[in-house]
Amino acid sequence: MSAPGRTTSGPGRGGVSAGVRFLLLSVFCLALMVLDQRDQHLSRVRGALNLVVYPVRVVVDFPFSAWSSLRTTFAARGSLIAENEQLKRERLNSEFRLQRLAALEMENARLRELLDSTARVGSRALIAEILSVDLDPYRQRFNLNRGVVDGVYVGQAVLDAHGVVGQVVSVGPLTSEAVLVTDVDAGMPVRVNRNGLRTIALGMGGSGRLRLPYLTNNADVEVGDLLVSSGLGGVFPADYPVGRVTDVRRRPDQQFADVVAEPASALDRDREVLLVWNAADEVPRASEAANLADPH
Amino acid sequence: MQGRERSVLVSAVSLVLMLSLAVVPLPRMIAPFRPDWVAVVLLYWSLMAPRRFSLLTAFWMGVALDTLTGSLLGQHALALLVIVYVAERFHLRLRVFPVSQLALTVLILLGLYEFILFWVDGVAGRTVPLIERWAPPLTGTLAWLVLLALLDSRRGEARARL
Repeated sequence: MSAPGRTTSGPGRGGVSAGVRFLLLSVFCLALMVLDQRDQHLSRVRGALNLVVYPVRVVVDFPFSAWSSLRTTFAARGSLIAENEQLKRERLNSEFRLQRLAALEMENARLRELLDSTARVGSRALIAEILSVDLDPYRQRFNLNRGVVDGVYVGQAVLDAHGVVGQVVSVGPLTSEAVLVTDVDAGMPVRVNRNGLRTIALGMGGSGRLRLPYLTNNADVEVGDLLVSSGLGGVFPADYPVGRVTDVRRRPDQQFADVVAEPASALDRDREVLLVWNAADEVPRASEAANLADPH
Repeated sequence: MQGRERSVLVSAVSLVLMLSLAVVPLPRMIAPFRPDWVAVVLLYWSLMAPRRFSLLTAFWMGVALDTLTGSLLGQHALALLVIVYVAERFHLRLRVFPVSQLALTVLILLGLYEFILFWVDGVAGRTVPLIERWAPPLTGTLAWLVLLALLDSRRGEARARL
């Protein structure tokens, strides 16, 4: 019963009137919506449908990815050399910092072993590309070019070079859909880096900012404070930058302060992001981590 | 039979094109004004050439749109079904309207489409602004008028040639 086959059928063919068909299809739609809203009943169906519309996504994305690859191909030699130089410098810088980090990590593992708490380990990450496809204009979502095939799962954290970007909300076979931390329905547990104050950051939607509505008027938070992910909730890996507080308004007649933060990641400008595996069950004991780092 | 297959192919291609237009990235300034292309085209066909697309086509287009935009499965499908059904049901009465009244009808139907989307979002507990939703029906009606001007003149030519 393919759709195009129906298009040329004459009136009254099939014997079912349009009204009845309309009613049946509407009821079917309602049933679909209810099933889709409750948990993940339709995740398989969604996966299959995602595969069907994959060509549309690729076709829409093609001009944009082609344009960016063309730009790299025909970039002037001078600018390439300059970029190369800059990257080398940055790499030297980060390697220098990494060396210190290795020592610190070892020390941290040893201290954690003393405290008998579980170790933190570096998590696995995968680079994903954002497809140039506009989704619902009222929600801040985007498509990634990785799916079940690459091991992506619902709830996975998405990061970029500057900080936390968002979270995967649905996965298809070849693509997945993620929601930005600034989406109106998004929220994540954060910590004020300066003093360890824990709270929850919620998205503000279109404005692309975050709000922290659960801080009381006397909470110790200042403009410029760095917010990092607290790792509570188990979705986002801990200690990645989330944003910086840009506005703190304390009103005496209200119990909670109005705190607004600017996200740390380049939400608008990214084309590539990192998918991070934060499997809690993969965390080895501190002693193993120490052994890995320090063989004797 | 060949002509029929060709028209089916043309319809399929135009529908896929509409789906692509519905998700092609636009600059942030213009994005809120994006017409609901699929709804506009389905409305055009169901008013001007009913039975070219059946309700089932509307349903599948809606499901494809839901998958593409990541909305609730069945949300766009229901909205499309309703407006296509209304348009097909009353197309004989509507078609004798002058263009201005026809445009008004299309505006109302697109408004209904937008309202159903909004309503389902509300019932499902998804936060969506109402205030930004006025633009798509208006731009959609404009797009519909353009489509009418383009396709009707083409059809007139084809008829003249026959």
